Amino acid sequence: MRHSLISNKISIVLKLTIFVLALTGAAQMPIFKRYYIADLPGLGWLSDFYLTNKIHYIFGAVLLFLLAYIFTLYLGVFSKTHCVTVSGKIKGLFFILVCATGIMRVIKNLNSVTLDPFTVMLIDWIHLGFAILLGLIAAVTFITGKKRYLKSLKDH
Amino acid sequence: MVKKNISRRSFVKGLAAGTASLAMPFNDHKAEASDTSELVTLLDLSRCIGCGECVEACRTVNGHKFPQPQKPFPEMVPKGRAKVEDWSDRREVDDRLTPYNWLYIESVEVEYKGVVHEINIPRRCLHCQNPPCANLCPWGAAEKQQNGIVRIQPDVCLGGAKCRTVCPWHIPQRQTGVGLYLRLLPGFAGNGVMYKCDRCYDRIDKGELPACIEACPESVQKIGPRREILNEVHNIIHEKGWFAYGLEENGGTNTVYLSPVPFELLDAASRKGPGLPGLNKVDAAMEDEENLAAAVAIAPFAGLVAGMIKAGRFVSSKLGKQEK
Repeated sequence: MRHSLISNKISIVLKLTIFVLALTGAAQMPIFKRYYIADLPGLGWLSDFYLTNKIHYIFGAVLLFLLAYIFTLYLGVFSKTHCVTVSGKIKGLFFILVCATGIMRVIKNLNSVTLDPFTVMLIDWIHLGFAILLGLIAAVTFITGKKRYLKSLKDH
Repeated sequence: MVKKNISRRSFVKGLAAGTASLAMPFNDHKAEASDTSELVTLLDLSRCIGCGECVEACRTVNGHKFPQPQKPFPEMVPKGRAKVEDWSDRREVDDRLTPYNWLYIESVEVEYKGVVHEINIPRRCLHCQNPPCANLCPWGAAEKQQNGIVRIQPDVCLGGAKCRTVCPWHIPQRQTGVGLYLRLLPGFAGNGVMYKCDRCYDRIDKGELPACIEACPESVQKIGPRREILNEVHNIIHEKGWFAYGLEENGGTNTVYLSPVPFELLDAASRKGPGLPGLNKVDAAMEDEENLAAAVAIAPFAGLVAGMIKAGRFVSSKLGKQEK
């Protein structure tokens, strides 16, 4: 996918962004201090909830930029010659859910907005749940090898 | 001076607006509806005699919400960091915040302009307008209601105590051995439930006053729609030259203290420590996130434009090659 749709540079930026988001997202749970991870040299910042939240916001914006860029590129150029595979569609759906609930969390955190408490809980659980699922998919992919997310229409 | 009968009428009016706004998924507090739906409590510290009636009423009325922990507590990992916080054998403690005491009175003596003032300050959750405890809870257990009440759901909370860490006053207090964590991974995640003042949300739902307000013999507190209370606060400040706490703190709270003595003096004279929130100046904790939200809003559109430019270049270079 990355060789045809996006350049190596963008692929590296995307992977780095997802790594930082996963790390700072996990840091939103009070686990890094409890399990002494934040005690390791250079990792003390992981126990600062405000700092990690701001980093999560910044890289969240970077991810939204990259995903919008890739999606537009696919629609504008590659959709005529390629189609998304089933595993690509599943992963894409999970990304959409995580991003949509992430955006809703950002909206919820504005001073001018108060969401219904049940909606807030639903947003948080979907965001956390599907982020974990994406992590599991990444782990499985790492072990079993890369899946193709795009295939050429000529293959049919 | 603050009058209780005015507050009751205003409070019911605000409650009606608040209930109506519950049906709205979004609530812009700059809008008319929200101005009347958020309820603010106003505490006139010159009236408080420190009798403790409010503390007792809070404990009695909210007693059924207090934790009933199961013992022995599950062993937690790692022992050095995940420590038991057990207040169940010290339920009588009423001079600080605990899971069994959501309101206490801080009594201080301060000299201002040559006069010695004895000031009693009822202390509890301030119910922030933009509460970091609710915003940053990763589990959706803390929430802000349309009527301005900030609550922690005892059935959902895992007791990670992040809310206490991010709260500028470190208000919520933990009780181990109770709550959802016992049914998940009690040894490895969570450590009980966090407790704090819920401003008697259940009484407010029924159109009643919070217990601390109803029990006060000196009418120290009143509750009412935000706009109305703030008007009164500004009038009192203007007329008497008093000082306010809670208007600017953490970007604004739904609790406002009024005092004839500057709060810097009250803060300096107050006890400090766990369960003892000070009265220091507090910047808006979520201000940076408010600013960063603009970047999140712009990012997808910028990506869309960048993608269109890239796609345009790709198509035109392909056409160029075909022409050659």
